[in-house]
Amino acid sequence: MFKEVKYKDILNIKHLSIKKNNITCIVGESGSGKTTLLRLLNRLISHDHGEIFYHDQPLSQIDPVKLRRAVTMLPQTPATFSGSIKDNLLIGLEFAERPLASDNELYELLKRVKLNKELDQDAAKLSGGEKQRVALARVVLMNPEVLLLDEPSSALDEDTEHIIIEELVNYTRKRGKTLIMATHSKKVASQFSDQMIEIKDGKIINGKGV
Amino acid sequence: MDRVVELQLWQMAAAYIFVVMLLFIARIRGISREKEILISSIRMTVQLILVGYILDYLFNNINPLNTIVVIVVMEAFAIHNIIKRTKEKLSKPLKKIIALSMTFGTLASLIYFLLAVINISPWYDPRYFIPIAGMLIGNSMTGISLGVTRLVDGMDSEKHLIESALMLGATPKMATKQIVDNAFDSAILPTINSMVGMGIVFLPGMMTGQILSGISPVTAVSYQIAIMLGILGSVSITVILFVQLGYKTFFNEEKQLIENE
Ligand SMILES: Nc1ncnc2c1ncn2[C@@H]1O[C@H](COP(=O)(O)OP(=O)(O)OP(=O)(O)O)[C@@H](O)[C@H]1O
Ligand SMILES: [Mg+2]
Repeated sequence: MFKEVKYKDILNIKHLSIKKNNITCIVGESGSGKTTLLRLLNRLISHDHGEIFYHDQPLSQIDPVKLRRAVTMLPQTPATFSGSIKDNLLIGLEFAERPLASDNELYELLKRVKLNKELDQDAAKLSGGEKQRVALARVVLMNPEVLLLDEPSSALDEDTEHIIIEELVNYTRKRGKTLIMATHSKKVASQFSDQMIEIKDGKIINGKGV
Repeated sequence: MDRVVELQLWQMAAAYIFVVMLLFIARIRGISREKEILISSIRMTVQLILVGYILDYLFNNINPLNTIVVIVVMEAFAIHNIIKRTKEKLSKPLKKIIALSMTFGTLASLIYFLLAVINISPWYDPRYFIPIAGMLIGNSMTGISLGVTRLVDGMDSEKHLIESALMLGATPKMATKQIVDNAFDSAILPTINSMVGMGIVFLPGMMTGQILSGISPVTAVSYQIAIMLGILGSVSITVILFVQLGYKTFFNEEKQLIENE
């Protein structure tokens, strides 16, 4: 939940609440502040006015590293760490200091993001869209409470996008997760979201569907 | 010491023929480096003569204050040099870390070296203190310089990866491990490499000087071995301190990357 939140002169939100266990899409033209909003929720940047609450607790009172392990973000440009696909999938769990997953689970995961690749393949040689799906799979593997996805399907063709997002939505619903996703695709937003937030010039102009 | 050939002024002057030769070559080939060659030759001469007299004075006026003043000047000069030589822009906290790790690392290894290894007395005997301090500080300075460049470059070019790691719940330490390790590695590598070639590829300056001034090669060698190990220790302590404390200056207390504006 947001209250009177300001970040520099980029975002200015009077009031916004994002529901738990829901799928929320953030839409708005390029440069409107979608990424900035997600980064605030991940506490990668700090708001300089007002307060953001997570489970009724002000963000500023939660340990940032703990918060990020529960409210995990996928950046707009997916990151590929040096090493194999396997390394890239497991690195999230390593960062969160959690037990690693077995190869079987990883293959299962790759199947879910429609990647037909060997785990020991060098991740640097993947295509842009494939890297994006590896990065997405990495976040899913971490199984966080809240997934903050910044345009998770921007590098995918329309068909693959549909399959992946649908898979993601099913996963969210089944596991009772909260999904907050910035997207350029009106189609995705209107088809899958419980709540749609539209941002323009850093202001919420539409928060329908609550 | 009776075999030592004291260099006469005219003998030293004769060595300048090499400078003249280089100037001549540069002129013929049209390489416009005359100014630099001249300036660096003159600077080398003047600086060394000055140092000679200063050391002469210090050796004849032995007291702890003099020694302390010398080491402070050396440290200050080394720190200034590291900061000036780095092309990247350094933040204030990072400069502080450079100064801190340089001072602490070199002093700790210097004190151990002088008191435990060589066991000099009094502790401020300039004949040992000053040249050894110079070697430890000089090599640590080179080490940290490399480490600073690597760390700052790495933090800059890998910004996206670091941030992505943070988003996944990595601590700053985890997010920068690779960069910190690389910086440490590249900072100590020259010291390690120089040990490999020691005695075969080149005779170290200190040893050459000692041998020329009449000390038996075996004594000179044992000093050289000890000082090499001292240098290794000093470089590792200063560099590990620097990278371990240095990476933290890139993050704020909210574990966010600090934006440099
Ligand atoms: N750290 C920053 N400092 C200054 N300006 C910033 C910073 N981060 C973002 N901005 C600006 O804030 C505005 C919103 O950026 P943001 O990345 O949130 O947009 P976006 O909605 O995600 O756009 P896109 O759809 O293109 O990804 C942009 O005008 C951007 O230039
Ligand atoms: Mg964006």
